[in-house]
Amino acid sequence: MNCADTEIMLHALIDGELDAGHARDVEAHVATCPACAEELKAFRAMRATMAEANLKETAPAHLRSRIEAALAVPAARVSAPRQSWFASLRESWKNFFGGFAVGTALSAAVAASLVIAVVRNDQNQQIAGDIVSAHLRSLQAGHLTDVETSDQHTVKPWFNGKLDVAPPVIDLTAQGFTLIGGRLDYINGQPVASIVYRRRKHVINLFVGEPLGAEVHGVKDETVQGFNIRRWREAGLDLWAVSDIDAGELDEFGQKFTAALHTPGPS
Amino acid sequence: MAERGTMAGDANDEHDKARRFRDAALPHLDDVFTLARYLMRNPADAEDAVQECYLRALRHFDSYRGPAMKPWLLAILRNVCNAEFARRGKQETPADLADDGEAEATPPIWQEPQPSPETALLRQQDGDTIRRLVAALPQPFREAIVMREINDLSYTEIAEVAGVPVGTVMSRLARARSMLRSAWTVAEGATP
Repeated sequence: MNCADTEIMLHALIDGELDAGHARDVEAHVATCPACAEELKAFRAMRATMAEANLKETAPAHLRSRIEAALAVPAARVSAPRQSWFASLRESWKNFFGGFAVGTALSAAVAASLVIAVVRNDQNQQIAGDIVSAHLRSLQAGHLTDVETSDQHTVKPWFNGKLDVAPPVIDLTAQGFTLIGGRLDYINGQPVASIVYRRRKHVINLFVGEPLGAEVHGVKDETVQGFNIRRWREAGLDLWAVSDIDAGELDEFGQKFTAALHTPGPS
Repeated sequence: MAERGTMAGDANDEHDKARRFRDAALPHLDDVFTLARYLMRNPADAEDAVQECYLRALRHFDSYRGPAMKPWLLAILRNVCNAEFARRGKQETPADLADDGEAEATPPIWQEPQPSPETALLRQQDGDTIRRLVAALPQPFREAIVMREINDLSYTEIAEVAGVPVGTVMSRLARARSMLRSAWTVAEGATP
Protein backbone atom coordinates (compact mmCIF):
# COMPACT_ATOMS: atom_id res chain seq x y z
CA MET A 1 0.00 0.00 0.00
CA ASN A 2 1.40 3.37 -0.98
CA CYS A 3 0.19 6.98 -0.90
CA ALA A 4 -1.43 6.87 -4.32
CA ASP A 5 -3.49 3.78 -3.46
CA THR A 6 -4.29 5.18 -0.05
CA GLU A 7 -5.45 8.51 -1.42
CA ILE A 8 -8.39 6.77 -3.07
CA MET A 9 -8.91 3.90 -0.70
CA LEU A 10 -9.07 5.89 2.48
CA HIS A 11 -12.46 7.09 1.28
CA ALA A 12 -13.65 3.52 1.06
CA LEU A 13 -12.24 3.04 4.55
CA ILE A 14 -14.15 6.06 5.86
CA ASP A 15 -17.29 4.74 4.20
CA GLY A 16 -16.88 1.29 5.70
CA GLU A 17 -16.65 -0.27 2.24
CA LEU A 18 -13.37 -2.11 2.58
CA ASP A 19 -13.01 -5.73 3.51
CA ALA A 20 -10.87 -6.54 6.53
CA GLY A 21 -7.72 -7.20 4.51
CA HIS A 22 -7.80 -3.95 2.56
CA ALA A 23 -8.82 -1.98 5.64
CA ARG A 24 -5.79 -3.37 7.46
CA ASP A 25 -3.53 -2.41 4.54
CA VAL A 26 -4.82 1.15 4.46
CA GLU A 27 -4.60 1.51 8.22
CA ALA A 28 -1.09 0.11 8.25
CA HIS A 29 -0.03 2.67 5.68
CA VAL A 30 -1.76 5.51 7.49
CA ALA A 31 0.00 4.52 10.71
CA THR A 32 3.38 5.13 9.08
CA CYS A 33 2.53 8.07 6.84
CA PRO A 34 1.74 11.41 8.51
CA ALA A 35 0.51 12.95 5.25
CA CYS A 36 -2.08 10.23 4.65
CA ALA A 37 -3.03 10.26 8.33
CA GLU A 38 -3.72 13.98 8.01
CA GLU A 39 -5.88 13.35 4.93
CA LEU A 40 -7.83 10.67 6.69
CA LYS A 41 -8.48 12.92 9.65
CA ALA A 42 -9.58 15.84 7.47
CA PHE A 43 -11.99 13.76 5.39
CA ARG A 44 -13.42 12.09 8.48
CA ALA A 45 -14.06 15.50 9.98
CA MET A 46 -15.66 16.69 6.77
CA ARG A 47 -17.92 13.68 6.64
CA ALA A 48 -18.96 14.23 10.26
CA THR A 49 -19.75 17.88 9.57
CA MET A 50 -21.89 16.92 6.60
CA ALA A 51 -23.72 14.33 8.67
CA GLU A 52 -24.38 16.88 11.40
CA ALA A 53 -25.64 19.47 8.95
CA ASN A 54 -28.59 17.16 8.25
CA LEU A 55 -28.65 17.81 4.55
CA LYS A 56 -31.59 15.65 3.66
CA GLU A 57 -34.48 17.67 2.32
CA THR A 58 -38.05 17.22 3.38
CA ALA A 59 -40.39 16.89 0.45
CA PRO A 60 -42.95 19.69 0.57
CA ALA A 61 -46.39 18.63 1.78
CA HIS A 62 -48.05 19.70 -1.48
CA LEU A 63 -45.72 17.42 -3.44
CA ARG A 64 -46.53 14.50 -1.20
CA SER A 65 -50.28 15.04 -1.66
CA ARG A 66 -49.84 15.45 -5.41
CA ILE A 67 -48.01 12.15 -5.64
CA GLU A 68 -50.43 10.34 -3.38
CA ALA A 69 -53.29 11.57 -5.52
CA ALA A 70 -51.53 10.51 -8.72
CA LEU A 71 -50.80 7.07 -7.32
CA ALA A 72 -54.46 6.56 -6.49
CA VAL A 73 -55.29 6.67 -10.19
CA PRO A 74 -55.38 3.13 -11.59
CA ALA A 75 -52.04 2.44 -13.19
CA ALA A 76 -53.54 1.56 -16.56
CA ARG A 77 -54.68 5.15 -17.04
CA VAL A 78 -51.21 6.62 -16.71
CA SER A 79 -49.24 4.04 -18.62
CA ALA A 80 -49.14 5.67 -22.05
CA PRO A 81 -45.38 6.21 -22.51
CA ARG A 82 -44.54 2.87 -21.01
CA GLN A 83 -42.84 1.25 -23.95
CA SER A 84 -40.32 3.92 -24.87
CA TRP A 85 -39.39 4.73 -21.35
CA PHE A 86 -39.00 1.18 -20.23
CA ALA A 87 -36.95 0.37 -23.28
CA SER A 88 -34.57 3.21 -22.52
CA LEU A 89 -34.30 2.32 -18.86
CA ARG A 90 -33.61 -1.26 -19.70
CA GLU A 91 -31.10 -0.21 -22.30
CA SER A 92 -29.17 1.87 -19.85
CA TRP A 93 -29.12 -0.89 -17.25
CA LYS A 94 -28.33 -3.56 -19.76
CA ASN A 95 -25.07 -1.85 -20.53
CA PHE A 96 -23.92 -2.42 -17.01
CA PHE A 97 -25.59 -5.63 -16.06
CA GLY A 98 -25.07 -7.54 -19.27
CA GLY A 99 -28.73 -7.90 -20.08
CA PHE A 100 -30.11 -9.26 -16.84
CA ALA A 101 -33.70 -8.43 -16.14
CA VAL A 102 -33.81 -5.26 -14.11
CA GLY A 103 -35.11 -6.86 -10.97
CA THR A 104 -32.66 -9.70 -11.12
CA ALA A 105 -29.74 -7.40 -11.65
CA LEU A 106 -30.65 -5.23 -8.73
CA SER A 107 -31.26 -8.04 -6.34
CA ALA A 108 -28.14 -9.88 -7.42
CA ALA A 109 -26.01 -6.81 -6.99
CA VAL A 110 -27.52 -5.86 -3.70
CA ALA A 111 -27.32 -9.37 -2.41
CA ALA A 112 -23.67 -9.50 -3.38
CA SER A 113 -21.62 -9.06 -0.28
CA LEU A 114 -21.78 -5.63 1.25
CA VAL A 115 -18.08 -5.81 1.74
CA ILE A 116 -16.39 -4.87 -1.45
CA ALA A 117 -12.88 -5.94 -2.11
CA VAL A 118 -12.06 -2.78 -3.89
CA VAL A 119 -9.87 -2.82 -6.90
CA ARG A 120 -8.35 0.53 -7.41
CA ASN A 121 -8.22 0.48 -11.12
CA ASP A 122 -9.84 -1.89 -13.58
CA GLN A 123 -7.21 -1.18 -16.13
CA ASN A 124 -4.45 -2.25 -13.77
CA GLN A 125 -6.27 -5.49 -13.26
CA GLN A 126 -6.53 -6.05 -16.97
CA ILE A 127 -2.83 -5.35 -17.33
CA ALA A 128 -2.03 -7.84 -14.57
CA GLY A 129 -4.15 -10.41 -16.43
CA ASP A 130 -2.30 -9.67 -19.66
CA ILE A 131 1.01 -10.07 -17.90
CA VAL A 132 0.14 -13.47 -16.54
CA SER A 133 -1.13 -14.56 -19.96
CA ALA A 134 2.08 -13.38 -21.60
CA HIS A 135 4.08 -15.19 -18.94
CA LEU A 136 2.13 -18.40 -19.53
CA ARG A 137 2.58 -18.08 -23.30
CA SER A 138 6.30 -17.65 -22.85
CA LEU A 139 6.54 -20.92 -20.96
CA GLN A 140 5.30 -22.93 -23.93
CA ALA A 141 8.03 -24.65 -25.90
CA GLY A 142 9.91 -22.30 -28.18
CA HIS A 143 8.17 -19.16 -26.98
CA LEU A 144 10.42 -18.07 -24.20
CA THR A 145 12.94 -15.97 -26.06
CA ASP A 146 13.35 -14.30 -29.42
CA VAL A 147 16.98 -13.66 -28.73
CA GLU A 148 18.67 -16.25 -26.59
CA THR A 149 21.86 -15.26 -24.88
CA SER A 150 23.21 -14.56 -21.49
CA ASP A 151 25.07 -11.54 -22.83
CA GLN A 152 23.27 -8.34 -21.91
CA HIS A 153 25.12 -6.54 -24.69
CA THR A 154 23.45 -8.78 -27.22
CA VAL A 155 19.98 -8.53 -25.75
CA LYS A 156 19.85 -4.76 -25.39
CA PRO A 157 20.63 -3.86 -29.01
CA TRP A 158 18.20 -6.52 -30.18
CA PHE A 159 15.32 -4.35 -28.95
CA ASN A 160 16.54 -1.38 -31.01
CA GLY A 161 13.94 -0.35 -33.53
CA LYS A 162 11.40 -2.76 -32.08
CA LEU A 163 10.33 -0.45 -29.28
CA ASP A 164 10.10 3.28 -28.69
CA VAL A 165 12.05 2.84 -25.50
CA ALA A 166 15.41 1.32 -24.67
CA PRO A 167 14.78 -1.19 -21.92
CA PRO A 168 17.49 -1.65 -19.33
CA VAL A 169 19.00 -5.11 -19.76
CA ILE A 170 21.06 -6.20 -16.80
CA ASP A 171 22.82 -9.47 -16.19
CA LEU A 172 22.11 -10.60 -12.67
CA THR A 173 23.81 -13.99 -12.90
CA ALA A 174 26.21 -13.07 -10.12
CA GLN A 175 23.22 -12.23 -7.93
CA GLY A 176 21.51 -15.54 -8.56
CA PHE A 177 19.25 -14.60 -11.46
CA THR A 178 20.53 -15.77 -14.82
CA LEU A 179 19.79 -13.68 -17.89
CA ILE A 180 18.69 -16.03 -20.62
CA GLY A 181 17.36 -13.75 -23.31
CA GLY A 182 14.80 -11.30 -24.51
CA ARG A 183 11.52 -11.26 -26.35
CA LEU A 184 9.05 -8.80 -27.78
CA ASP A 185 5.59 -9.08 -26.26
CA TYR A 186 2.36 -7.17 -26.07
CA ILE A 187 0.64 -5.97 -22.93
CA ASN A 188 -2.62 -4.11 -23.17
CA GLY A 189 -2.09 -3.80 -26.91
CA GLN A 190 1.28 -2.10 -26.55
CA PRO A 191 4.64 -3.58 -27.46
CA VAL A 192 6.86 -4.19 -24.46
CA ALA A 193 10.25 -5.74 -23.90
CA SER A 194 10.35 -8.96 -22.02
CA ILE A 195 13.68 -9.73 -20.45
CA VAL A 196 13.87 -13.34 -19.38
CA TYR A 197 15.71 -14.59 -16.33
CA ARG A 198 16.02 -17.96 -14.72
CA ARG A 199 16.16 -18.70 -11.03
CA ARG A 200 16.91 -22.37 -10.46
CA LYS A 201 14.19 -24.01 -12.60
CA HIS A 202 11.88 -21.01 -12.51
CA VAL A 203 11.44 -18.46 -15.24
CA ILE A 204 11.06 -14.78 -14.46
CA ASN A 205 9.68 -12.53 -17.16
CA LEU A 206 10.53 -8.90 -16.65
CA PHE A 207 8.23 -6.78 -18.80
CA VAL A 208 9.44 -3.28 -19.51
CA GLY A 209 7.39 -0.71 -21.33
CA GLU A 210 6.10 2.80 -21.43
CA PRO A 211 3.84 3.58 -18.49
CA LEU A 212 0.49 1.81 -18.72
CA GLY A 213 -2.51 2.29 -16.49
CA ALA A 214 -2.48 4.26 -13.31
CA GLU A 215 0.73 5.71 -12.03
CA VAL A 216 2.66 3.59 -9.60
CA HIS A 217 4.44 4.94 -6.59
CA GLY A 218 6.86 2.60 -4.96
CA VAL A 219 6.48 -1.11 -5.41
CA LYS A 220 3.23 -2.93 -5.87
CA ASP A 221 2.96 -6.64 -5.30
CA GLU A 222 0.08 -8.79 -6.30
CA THR A 223 -0.77 -12.38 -7.00
CA VAL A 224 -2.79 -13.28 -10.06
CA GLN A 225 -3.75 -16.87 -10.84
CA GLY A 226 -1.04 -18.06 -8.49
CA PHE A 227 1.71 -16.01 -10.09
CA ASN A 228 3.46 -13.27 -8.23
CA ILE A 229 3.75 -9.91 -9.92
CA ARG A 230 6.01 -7.14 -8.72
CA ARG A 231 5.42 -3.83 -10.36
CA TRP A 232 7.45 -0.69 -10.06
CA ARG A 233 8.66 2.30 -12.03
CA GLU A 234 12.21 3.05 -13.02
CA ALA A 235 13.55 5.84 -15.21
CA GLY A 236 10.13 6.64 -16.63
CA LEU A 237 9.41 3.02 -17.51
CA ASP A 238 6.95 0.61 -15.97
CA LEU A 239 8.42 -2.72 -14.95
CA TRP A 240 6.54 -5.86 -14.08
CA ALA A 241 8.36 -8.95 -12.90
CA VAL A 242 6.23 -12.08 -13.01
CA SER A 243 7.12 -15.56 -11.92
CA ASP A 244 6.03 -18.56 -9.93
CA ILE A 245 8.87 -18.06 -7.48
CA ASP A 246 7.66 -16.83 -4.14
CA ALA A 247 6.98 -13.18 -3.50
CA GLY A 248 10.03 -12.77 -1.30
CA GLU A 249 12.39 -14.01 -4.00
CA LEU A 250 10.68 -11.92 -6.62
CA ASP A 251 11.13 -8.91 -4.39
CA GLU A 252 14.80 -9.78 -4.03
CA PHE A 253 15.02 -9.92 -7.81
CA GLY A 254 13.47 -6.49 -8.13
CA GLN A 255 15.75 -4.98 -5.53
CA LYS A 256 18.85 -6.46 -7.11
CA PHE A 257 17.74 -5.27 -10.52
CA THR A 258 17.25 -1.74 -9.21
CA ALA A 259 20.54 -1.79 -7.36
CA ALA A 260 22.42 -3.00 -10.43
CA LEU A 261 20.70 -0.41 -12.60
CA HIS A 262 21.97 2.38 -10.41
CA THR A 263 25.48 0.93 -10.12
CA PRO A 264 27.59 1.69 -13.16
CA GLY A 265 28.67 -1.75 -14.31
CA PRO A 266 31.99 -2.76 -15.89
CA SER A 267 30.67 -2.34 -19.39
CA MET B 1 -54.90 -12.33 -4.41
CA ALA B 2 -58.30 -11.74 -5.99
CA GLU B 3 -59.44 -14.07 -8.73
CA ARG B 4 -58.02 -13.20 -12.13
CA GLY B 5 -59.91 -12.89 -15.39
CA THR B 6 -62.74 -10.66 -14.24
CA MET B 7 -62.75 -6.90 -14.42
CA ALA B 8 -63.40 -6.67 -10.71
CA GLY B 9 -60.45 -8.94 -10.03
CA ASP B 10 -58.15 -6.84 -12.21
CA ALA B 11 -59.25 -3.67 -10.50
CA ASN B 12 -58.61 -5.24 -7.12
CA ASP B 13 -55.19 -6.33 -8.30
CA GLU B 14 -54.43 -2.81 -9.42
CA HIS B 15 -55.54 -1.37 -6.12
CA ASP B 16 -53.60 -3.92 -4.20
CA LYS B 17 -50.52 -3.22 -6.27
CA ALA B 18 -50.89 0.55 -5.85
CA ARG B 19 -51.24 0.10 -2.10
CA ARG B 20 -48.18 -2.14 -1.86
CA PHE B 21 -46.26 0.32 -3.98
CA ARG B 22 -47.22 3.27 -1.79
CA ASP B 23 -46.17 1.38 1.32
CA ALA B 24 -42.83 0.48 -0.20
CA ALA B 25 -41.99 3.65 -2.09
CA LEU B 26 -43.43 6.64 -0.24
CA PRO B 27 -41.13 6.29 2.79
CA HIS B 28 -38.30 7.21 0.41
CA LEU B 29 -39.91 10.40 -0.82
CA ASP B 30 -37.50 12.68 1.04
CA ASP B 31 -34.51 10.83 -0.36
CA VAL B 32 -35.85 11.00 -3.88
CA PHE B 33 -36.70 14.68 -3.49
CA THR B 34 -33.25 15.46 -2.11
CA LEU B 35 -31.45 13.88 -5.03
CA ALA B 36 -33.86 15.61 -7.41
CA ARG B 37 -32.98 18.95 -5.86
CA TYR B 38 -29.33 18.37 -6.61
CA LEU B 39 -29.95 17.09 -10.12
CA MET B 40 -32.46 19.66 -11.33
CA ARG B 41 -31.98 23.36 -11.65
CA ASN B 42 -34.94 24.60 -9.66
CA PRO B 43 -37.45 23.31 -7.10
CA ALA B 44 -40.40 23.17 -9.50
CA ASP B 45 -38.45 20.96 -11.91
CA ALA B 46 -37.32 18.81 -9.02
CA GLU B 47 -40.92 18.29 -7.89
CA ASP B 48 -42.03 17.39 -11.41
CA ALA B 49 -39.18 14.92 -11.70
CA VAL B 50 -40.08 13.31 -8.38
CA GLN B 51 -43.71 12.92 -9.39
CA GLU B 52 -42.76 11.44 -12.76
CA CYS B 53 -40.36 9.10 -10.99
CA TYR B 54 -43.11 7.75 -8.74
CA LEU B 55 -45.53 7.27 -11.61
CA ARG B 56 -42.94 5.39 -13.64
CA ALA B 57 -41.94 3.32 -10.67
CA LEU B 58 -45.56 2.30 -10.10
CA ARG B 59 -45.88 1.23 -13.72
CA HIS B 60 -42.87 -1.01 -13.37
CA PHE B 61 -43.52 -2.19 -9.87
CA ASP B 62 -44.52 -5.57 -11.33
CA SER B 63 -41.00 -6.18 -12.55
CA TYR B 64 -39.39 -4.95 -9.35
CA ARG B 65 -37.66 -7.81 -7.53
CA GLY B 66 -34.84 -6.25 -5.62
CA PRO B 67 -34.78 -5.90 -1.87
CA ALA B 68 -33.61 -2.29 -1.99
CA MET B 69 -36.38 0.11 -2.98
CA LYS B 70 -34.37 3.30 -2.49
CA PRO B 71 -31.68 2.73 -5.14
CA TRP B 72 -34.33 1.49 -7.53
CA LEU B 73 -36.29 4.72 -7.14
CA LEU B 74 -33.18 6.87 -7.38
CA ALA B 75 -32.16 5.11 -10.60
CA ILE B 76 -35.55 5.89 -12.06
CA LEU B 77 -35.33 9.48 -10.88
CA ARG B 78 -31.93 9.84 -12.47
CA ASN B 79 -33.34 8.56 -15.76
CA VAL B 80 -36.22 10.99 -15.54
CA CYS B 81 -33.84 13.89 -14.96
CA ASN B 82 -31.48 12.85 -17.73
CA ALA B 83 -34.38 12.44 -20.14
CA GLU B 84 -35.57 15.91 -19.22
CA PHE B 85 -32.16 17.43 -19.83
CA ALA B 86 -31.88 15.54 -23.11
CA ARG B 87 -35.28 16.88 -24.13
CA ARG B 88 -34.31 20.45 -23.38
CA GLY B 89 -31.06 20.17 -25.23
CA LYS B 90 -27.47 20.49 -24.38
CA GLN B 91 -27.42 24.07 -23.18
CA GLU B 92 -29.09 23.05 -19.97
CA THR B 93 -27.18 19.98 -18.91
CA PRO B 94 -26.87 19.50 -15.18
CA ALA B 95 -23.16 20.20 -15.42
CA ASP B 96 -23.98 23.83 -16.19
CA LEU B 97 -24.67 24.33 -12.54
CA ALA B 98 -21.03 23.72 -11.87
CA ASP B 99 -19.63 26.29 -14.23
CA ASP B 100 -21.85 29.32 -14.39
CA GLY B 101 -22.46 29.90 -10.71
CA GLU B 102 -26.21 29.70 -11.25
CA ALA B 103 -26.51 27.54 -8.20
CA GLU B 104 -26.07 30.69 -6.19
CA ALA B 105 -28.63 32.57 -8.25
CA THR B 106 -31.24 29.91 -7.55
CA PRO B 107 -33.85 31.15 -5.08
CA PRO B 108 -32.99 30.14 -1.53
CA ILE B 109 -35.27 27.14 -1.31
CA TRP B 110 -33.03 25.22 1.05
CA GLN B 111 -34.64 24.95 4.40
CA GLU B 112 -33.25 23.33 7.44
CA PRO B 113 -35.95 21.19 9.03
CA GLN B 114 -36.40 22.50 12.57
CA PRO B 115 -32.88 22.66 14.00
CA SER B 116 -32.55 22.82 17.75
CA PRO B 117 -32.40 26.47 18.91
CA GLU B 118 -28.91 26.63 20.40
CA THR B 119 -27.17 25.21 17.35
CA ALA B 120 -29.61 26.58 14.83
CA LEU B 121 -27.54 29.50 13.64
CA LEU B 122 -24.31 27.62 13.22
CA ARG B 123 -25.93 24.64 11.59
CA GLN B 124 -27.99 26.77 9.27
CA GLN B 125 -24.83 28.49 8.15
CA ASP B 126 -22.95 25.22 7.72
CA GLY B 127 -25.83 23.53 5.99
CA ASP B 128 -26.34 26.36 3.52
CA THR B 129 -22.66 26.57 2.75
CA ILE B 130 -22.35 22.84 2.26
CA ARG B 131 -25.42 22.71 0.02
CA ARG B 132 -24.09 25.50 -2.12
CA LEU B 133 -20.69 23.84 -2.43
CA VAL B 134 -22.16 20.43 -3.23
CA ALA B 135 -24.50 21.98 -5.79
CA ALA B 136 -21.50 23.57 -7.49
CA LEU B 137 -19.74 20.22 -8.09
CA PRO B 138 -19.79 18.81 -11.63
CA GLN B 139 -22.64 16.37 -12.12
CA PRO B 140 -20.97 12.94 -11.74
CA PHE B 141 -19.24 14.01 -8.54
CA ARG B 142 -22.28 15.81 -7.23
CA GLU B 143 -24.58 12.85 -7.59
CA ALA B 144 -22.01 10.46 -6.14
CA ILE B 145 -21.49 12.53 -3.01
CA VAL B 146 -25.22 13.19 -2.55
CA MET B 147 -26.07 9.49 -2.86
CA ARG B 148 -23.28 8.61 -0.44
CA GLU B 149 -23.54 11.31 2.21
CA ILE B 150 -27.21 12.19 2.10
CA ASN B 151 -29.05 9.22 0.60
CA ASP B 152 -26.73 6.89 2.48
CA LEU B 153 -26.30 4.42 -0.37
CA SER B 154 -23.54 1.83 -0.44
CA TYR B 155 -20.92 1.89 -3.19
CA THR B 156 -22.65 -1.03 -4.91
CA GLU B 157 -25.95 0.81 -4.89
CA ILE B 158 -24.41 4.03 -6.18
CA ALA B 159 -22.75 2.01 -8.93
CA GLU B 160 -26.13 0.59 -9.92
CA VAL B 161 -27.85 3.93 -9.94
CA ALA B 162 -25.12 5.77 -11.82
CA GLY B 163 -24.44 2.80 -14.08
CA VAL B 164 -20.70 2.73 -13.51
CA PRO B 165 -18.33 0.19 -11.93
CA VAL B 166 -17.77 0.30 -8.18
CA GLY B 167 -14.17 1.37 -8.75
CA THR B 168 -15.44 4.45 -10.57
CA VAL B 169 -17.75 5.25 -7.68
CA MET B 170 -14.80 5.10 -5.33
CA SER B 171 -12.64 7.39 -7.42
CA ARG B 172 -15.52 9.82 -8.01
CA LEU B 173 -16.14 10.04 -4.29
CA ALA B 174 -12.47 10.63 -3.62
CA ARG B 175 -12.46 13.36 -6.24
CA ALA B 176 -15.74 14.84 -5.03
CA ARG B 177 -14.49 15.08 -1.47
CA SER B 178 -11.21 16.63 -2.58
CA MET B 179 -13.02 19.26 -4.63
CA LEU B 180 -15.44 19.87 -1.82
CA ARG B 181 -12.65 20.29 0.68
CA SER B 182 -10.86 22.82 -1.52
CA ALA B 183 -14.06 24.78 -2.09
CA TRP B 184 -14.81 24.60 1.61
CA THR B 185 -11.42 26.01 2.52
CA VAL B 186 -11.98 28.90 0.13
CA ALA B 187 -15.48 29.51 1.48
CA GLU B 188 -14.22 29.55 5.05
CA GLY B 189 -11.53 32.02 4.12
CA ALA B 190 -14.13 34.25 2.48
CA THR B 191 -16.42 34.48 5.50
CA PRO B 192 -14.86 36.30 8.47
